[in-house]
Amino acid sequence: MAETINQKQNFLKGIIKENPTFVMLLGMCPTLGVTSSAFNGLGMGIATAFVLLMSNVVVSLVKNVIPAKVRIPAFIIIIASFVTIVEMILEAFVPFLYEQLGIFIPLIVVNCIILGRAEAFASKNNVFSSVIDALGMGLGFTMALTVLGSVREILGSGSLFRLSFVPENANTFILFILPPGAFIALSYLTVLFNKITSKTIS
Amino acid sequence: MDYLIILIAAVFVNNIVLSQFLGICPFLGVSNKVSTSIGMSGAVLFVMTIATTVTYLLHQYVLVPAGLNYLRTISFILVIAALVQMVEIILKKVSPALYQALGVFLPLITTNCAVLGVAILAIGLENSSLVKAVFFAISNSLGFALALIVFASIREQLELANIPKGMKGVPINLLVAGLLALAFLGFTALV
Repeated sequence: MAETINQKQNFLKGIIKENPTFVMLLGMCPTLGVTSSAFNGLGMGIATAFVLLMSNVVVSLVKNVIPAKVRIPAFIIIIASFVTIVEMILEAFVPFLYEQLGIFIPLIVVNCIILGRAEAFASKNNVFSSVIDALGMGLGFTMALTVLGSVREILGSGSLFRLSFVPENANTFILFILPPGAFIALSYLTVLFNKITSKTIS
Repeated sequence: MDYLIILIAAVFVNNIVLSQFLGICPFLGVSNKVSTSIGMSGAVLFVMTIATTVTYLLHQYVLVPAGLNYLRTISFILVIAALVQMVEIILKKVSPALYQALGVFLPLITTNCAVLGVAILAIGLENSSLVKAVFFAISNSLGFALALIVFASIREQLELANIPKGMKGVPINLLVAGLLALAFLGFTALV
């Protein structure tokens, strides 16, 4: 079955047709929680994509060894190990981002995208397809978080990746960097995403 | 007084769903009916309290003395997953009525990030103690219940409303959640 998968479609589905954020609504907690700036969104996206890639590789490698009954706990241990690695790397090399993301780093463990892909894809396909799947999904998630972070940062702080383009003390929509802004921005971005994709598909 | 502040902060000011963004999946997923949202809230209250008790003890008496802090994430998620399974088995045997009410929600809770999130936040509390950690968990699950039940009530009304085609489904729910979060923002200066 693995050979028949079109790898290009396999890669692209994570970005458009099955985009984890806008279409599948998976991993909403970090999506809403850390995207008050574009940089945080990008950082969280990359951290999650890394865990997703590594866990997909390991799960597809050991899929025949794990008995079906204990597969979910086994997947969770694999994922938690990589999350711990990411936690240590971020704390050591990017302490600023580690502070900003805070509790959402250990919570990558319970991000349903990762367990979902392990269960739905990596445990049924070979390593190469799983890598492509993880890259597509990871990129889709990272892009969604970066776009949401950018929109919120532009409206809320008048800057993008910390480059400010409004004078100091300018009145920005502070609402958008506060919690309600996360829900509202994501709501309208989902409408926009559906609008654009429904046109390209039909 | 200390405890009153924890309670009010957890329920209104730093509401776990609407201002800390934990447990968004069940918040959006099981909020289409008030009755199911009450069931889910009960299950979360139950599991969150027990999970925080166990993880707090584990952290205090095993991980810290042994210098194994880096195992926090792995050990906590395993404890929660095992605990949910155990609660399910025990409940089935001891109280079939309660199992009937909460049963379907229990498996969903393992991946509810609010449970793991509160367990991690509870060990970081100022001059923490077991009682304080448990009280913190109960307060947060009440906050979760409040947000979920209010949101479900609004969604039941929304069924009857005339919504623009593009906004139907997910977008309108997110927008409602945003307005609800905006209302909770009004509690900011309370504590």
